[in-house]
Amino acid sequence: MTNEVKVAAYMCKGCGLGERLDTKLLVDIAQSEGGVSICKSHDYLCSSDGIATIRDDIDNQGVTHVVIGACSRRSKTEAFNFSATDAGRVGAADEATKGVAVARANLREGVIWSQPDSDDARELTQDMANDYVRMACAEAKFMQQPVADPERGANKRILVVGGGISGITAALESAKAGYEVLLVEKTAHLGGWTKTFHRRLPAKEPYAHPHDNDIDELVNQIEVAANITVFLNATLTKTSGAPGQFSVDITTESGATVTENVGALVQASGFTRYDASQLPEFGYGKSPDVVDQIELEALAKSANGPNGEGGIARPSDGKMVESVVFVQCAGQRSDKPGHLPYCSGYCCNVSIKQAMYFKDQNPDIDTNVIYTDLRTPGNSEDFYRSAQLKGVVFTNGTVNKIEVNKIEVNKVGTEGDQLSVNFHDHILDQDAITHADLVVLATGQVPNSGVDIESKIPDANDRADNTAGQSAQVKVSVESILNLDYRQGRDLPHLKHGFSDSHFICFPYETRRTGIYTCGPVRRPMDIVQSIEDATGAAMKAIQAVEGAAMGRAAHPRSGDLSYPSFRKEGCTQCKRCTVECPFGAIDEDENHYPVFNESRCRRCGTCMGACPVRVISFENYSVDTVGQQIKAVDMPDEFDEKPRILILACENDAYPALDMAAHNRIEYNAFVRIIPVRCLGSVNLIWVTDAINAGFDGIMMMGCKKGEDYQCHFVSGSELAHERMSKINDTLSQLQLEPERVQTYEVEITDIERVPKLINDYAAKIDEIGMNPFKGF
Amino acid sequence: MNQTTSVSDPSPVEKYRNNFLKEVEANVEEGDWVKMCMQCGVCSGSCPLGSAWAHPPQELFMMIRAGQREEVLRSESMWMCTSCYSCVVRCPRELPIMHIMHGLANYANRLGLAPKMNPTKRFAKLFWDNIAATGRVNESRLSIKLYFMNGLVSGIKTAFAMRKVGLGMLKTHRLNLIGFFRAGGIKEKNQLQQMLNKAYEIEDKRKGLS
Repeated sequence: MTNEVKVAAYMCKGCGLGERLDTKLLVDIAQSEGGVSICKSHDYLCSSDGIATIRDDIDNQGVTHVVIGACSRRSKTEAFNFSATDAGRVGAADEATKGVAVARANLREGVIWSQPDSDDARELTQDMANDYVRMACAEAKFMQQPVADPERGANKRILVVGGGISGITAALESAKAGYEVLLVEKTAHLGGWTKTFHRRLPAKEPYAHPHDNDIDELVNQIEVAANITVFLNATLTKTSGAPGQFSVDITTESGATVTENVGALVQASGFTRYDASQLPEFGYGKSPDVVDQIELEALAKSANGPNGEGGIARPSDGKMVESVVFVQCAGQRSDKPGHLPYCSGYCCNVSIKQAMYFKDQNPDIDTNVIYTDLRTPGNSEDFYRSAQLKGVVFTNGTVNKIEVNKIEVNKVGTEGDQLSVNFHDHILDQDAITHADLVVLATGQVPNSGVDIESKIPDANDRADNTAGQSAQVKVSVESILNLDYRQGRDLPHLKHGFSDSHFICFPYETRRTGIYTCGPVRRPMDIVQSIEDATGAAMKAIQAVEGAAMGRAAHPRSGDLSYPSFRKEGCTQCKRCTVECPFGAIDEDENHYPVFNESRCRRCGTCMGACPVRVISFENYSVDTVGQQIKAVDMPDEFDEKPRILILACENDAYPALDMAAHNRIEYNAFVRIIPVRCLGSVNLIWVTDAINAGFDGIMMMGCKKGEDYQCHFVSGSELAHERMSKINDTLSQLQLEPERVQTYEVEITDIERVPKLINDYAAKIDEIGMNPFKGF
Repeated sequence: MNQTTSVSDPSPVEKYRNNFLKEVEANVEEGDWVKMCMQCGVCSGSCPLGSAWAHPPQELFMMIRAGQREEVLRSESMWMCTSCYSCVVRCPRELPIMHIMHGLANYANRLGLAPKMNPTKRFAKLFWDNIAATGRVNESRLSIKLYFMNGLVSGIKTAFAMRKVGLGMLKTHRLNLIGFFRAGGIKEKNQLQQMLNKAYEIEDKRKGLS
């Protein structure tokens, strides 16, 4: 890349910009204040003629940086893409014609569409446009068109952890797409829990009867697939590296370890069974006739095996079962210690399926499902109806206690147990008792997600004793699954109850470790059908990850971004803030506590840049300077002009689109604001606040995504960190005799189209109240 | 339960076992629909007379599943149904709830368990006797019998209160007083009786009633 910087600016007159704004003045400002060497205006810049003008200047005039004064950076992204990967560009691969950096001045959404079209407003509208042009010119000079990380890896093998239905599906799907797969299973055989099931829930029309369990066929497909290597009795003892270049130690039971290189991982470590011995009130452990759903599958399987005739016998004495009670939500959806606080979601359907085992074999067997809320989403409603048709009785009630009595002598002459199910009937509002030969407890799934790296008390023994009054904590396994050699811990971060963290709505398969995807019950409780769908999705994401990594491109949400963080080592004070705060564990430390960036693990949010107190971290096209210079470029009217200036740092994922959409709806807001989009509120460095105060801004609004437990932040903790950092700024402000209101943080959702302009106007009114920044003009 | 019990001698009526549900399925008109109820309660909420029912339909269905045979069959609730169809059109499971209510009432009546003094039941009996005798409804006789259902004094009071309606109907030839004295009806009345008797016989045989 040439070191010479040649900036060209282009002002568009389309979409009403020409009528509402003095374009000639904008051109003058770009040239005189922005310092650009070429500045042109065009009637419709995004037309082929407009684009050709810009291309021509890049190719023939040696332009390295382009400023576009037109619409929002979220519009016309294809037209104004002058990067090296731009397909239409002749000689794009040529080193000399590498893409150019583009800065956008948002004159359409940011100015004319959000300001009133009146003669009175003309002056302030023009002021706004002038500033946005100054800001874009300042930004452009400090930007560089990013080039892909030269250290990127191109390994495209996919490693799947777990050989249950999810892992098998992920492996088969990846292999079918032509990728080499390594499948690591902890036990001696593939198939997981699914292999122990008698039948499956129906997956297709008419959703009326249990399906045959086809797991053996799937296992067979794995065994014959040429590009799948299976490691049985094996675990991961070390995982290091980054997408496209992971190095994984696979250790078998015998102790032998092989090291394999892979491009991405799919963690399908599934679930562990809820320990029903924590439910003594239901007689579990007191009688063998009280079983959980998994034990009933085993009973049904052996009854239908080579020696069985289909009838399920009572475990206590071998008598054929004549009555069964299914207890839904056993140890689930409850705040009691040791219970699962969540609904596992699949158990209603499983109980329906298991009741059918009895009804299909002998319709005279009494089957009673005692539930509080029967949850049969989607097509399962047909399955529920089918069970009712078969005569399965559903009772809306809560089981309080199951008593176990020894029967002295029964008809067969053997000794069995008699179970009395004490429950409260919610429809008839009465306590009732029903007797059963067999009771099946619908206990839920506990995720098998490895160690909780963010746990305050990492020791398993300490975790067991919960303080009373607090909501029940789910015990999760303490055996690491991935054994990551990452600075932030050995496993994937958990969200709640031990399930792995992901942006549940927008990016469900993504975890907080790039290139490692989770699927199946490790993400949330699931049945087989859901796990298959989930595993297919995760396999696709893994494929995307290895392909992206090979090109040096970022994963979501900045998919395709080639920039990556770099740091000036001589300025680093080894404070470790970046390595601790990176939401994705992308940064390790070397032996001298300097950060070691794993570029391919990075999601390019800039949270490290926001964290760095000495400002040594930057991206090629996004840095402390690209924003800081924009802040400084704003023309600041003096104290007596009665023109305050408010800086808005808006998250580009939610807040900035909301502002754009407000403009599309012509919802007007205060003309004194100057908006700068940021990659994530987490990337906001405190120096920008100082810069803004020193430059004379009267107030600063920061708009990020929803934080906390139900976060919507696209970078998980960026918004949270920003709120935390800004809460500490008050001391500094008061030392400077400034009001704390001068810096405010807001949570904004993408749908807040009407709320955002209101927030701005309210804040402007408040600034009007507290008066101008006393530092103005110094 | 502290004492040990034997399976061969369970408590007299084992609740929440399908015995009564199966009886309803076999003997009550549309009774095989009862098991399809999903206990959403829309029927109970939709019934314009719901507040007057001791046990709204949803509850009756649950009582059937719970094996509360006596309570269901002796209940006045299903006799409250006015056949407005609100529950039928709203039931998400498309149960013919109204027909089941009538079926239950009918079955209770056949078993002799229906509440003796229930006015709906009594009117139904008057109506049936009236139409079954001649094959046509004799309105004069039906009205008079209904008015005097509770004795002479209340009959006179009711007739007095209704006199304007009655006279109006007479004037417009809507009420035939001669019909009170002359039976009328269909031809071959005895054949209707034979048909009804045969129907009773078939039903009783099927349902095991005497």
